[in-house]
Amino acid sequence: MTDVIATAADRAARATPPSVARRVRGLSDRAIAWLFVAPTIFLLLAINIFPLIWTIRLSFTNFAANRPNREVDWVGLRNYERILTDGDIWLSMQATAHFLFWTIALQVLIGFALAWLINQKFRGDDLWTTIIVLPMMLSPAVVGNFWTFLYQPQIGLFNYAVAWVTGADPSSFEMLGSVTLAPWAIVIVDTWMWTPFVMLICLAGLRSIPESIYEAAEIDRASPWRQFWTITVPMVAPFLMLAVLFRGIENFKMFDLVVQLTGGGPGSVTELASINLKREAFEKWRTGYSSAYAVILFVTIFGLASIYVKALNRVKAR
Amino acid sequence: MRRGAAWLARLARFRRGPWEMLASILIGAGVLMLMQPFALALYTWSFVVTLAGTVLFIAASHFPE
Repeated sequence: MTDVIATAADRAARATPPSVARRVRGLSDRAIAWLFVAPTIFLLLAINIFPLIWTIRLSFTNFAANRPNREVDWVGLRNYERILTDGDIWLSMQATAHFLFWTIALQVLIGFALAWLINQKFRGDDLWTTIIVLPMMLSPAVVGNFWTFLYQPQIGLFNYAVAWVTGADPSSFEMLGSVTLAPWAIVIVDTWMWTPFVMLICLAGLRSIPESIYEAAEIDRASPWRQFWTITVPMVAPFLMLAVLFRGIENFKMFDLVVQLTGGGPGSVTELASINLKREAFEKWRTGYSSAYAVILFVTIFGLASIYVKALNRVKAR
Repeated sequence: MRRGAAWLARLARFRRGPWEMLASILIGAGVLMLMQPFALALYTWSFVVTLAGTVLFIAASHFPE
């Protein structure tokens, strides 16, 4: 085996052009390591860091991307001041908050319940796990499209299901066209799509609890209810925290699914922060203003991500 | 009461744990202020609070354990 590797290495060495081989031979291990890492660092700087710094710079100007020849003025903190006193943006933050709160609450509740049921080890539990996780494997564009059909007042299955339960006329309500129902319509779709993800994290947490703890509790004659509240919940809590943070960050940036479903309407009741940002940047072409808006969202997500990493490390340490 | 005093003492000695905790509270408060529907003034100051928390978190991650 060693001979084979040596031969392969020899063959690779012989294939290297002499001029390159001469140059590399003089380099230290550290320099060669840098040589390998350099393209990635360069790409990272070009694709992530440079646009970030450029956005921060633009956020202090009145630059408009549709008028690149216009003189660009330095406006200081005026863009930030306008955004943070703008009632419309505040409303879109509230729409985001409604979406975030209800999706996370429902996903955690249903996801934990499903994980608990799957963890009971019954016949065919693996098959059920596979079926349950199917929605999160679909593209948000596809999910948005077929839920638009499901929500159709005339032919939509969702309306017929609600009508069957409540006795109301299926075409008497419009999930995507009603100001009161549209925010709930997007919550339902996101919950349907991402509850399996929360379920998987909870399942990992449940399966990490050693059986011996439950056996000890049973010897102490602890009731199933007490075992649930004093063993299961505290030991799954860090995993739940992880799921909450992950879904929080993801839903704070939510764009594709909601654009496909409602496009931010009716009016602006489902116009989440990211949709509002896109409108400012690419419909109103207020590039400087929208850069400041993007920086505000970035700092918020970066802050939440810092907490997420800390929580992740705590889970890893367990 | 005693736990609070111990936490403050660790804060004064620039230990990572309590400073990260403080930064996390600031970030959480900033996010809540950004999204609450009650007072525009809270929304206005939310970014400053989140930014302070985030910067503090980055600084605190360099403090000793």
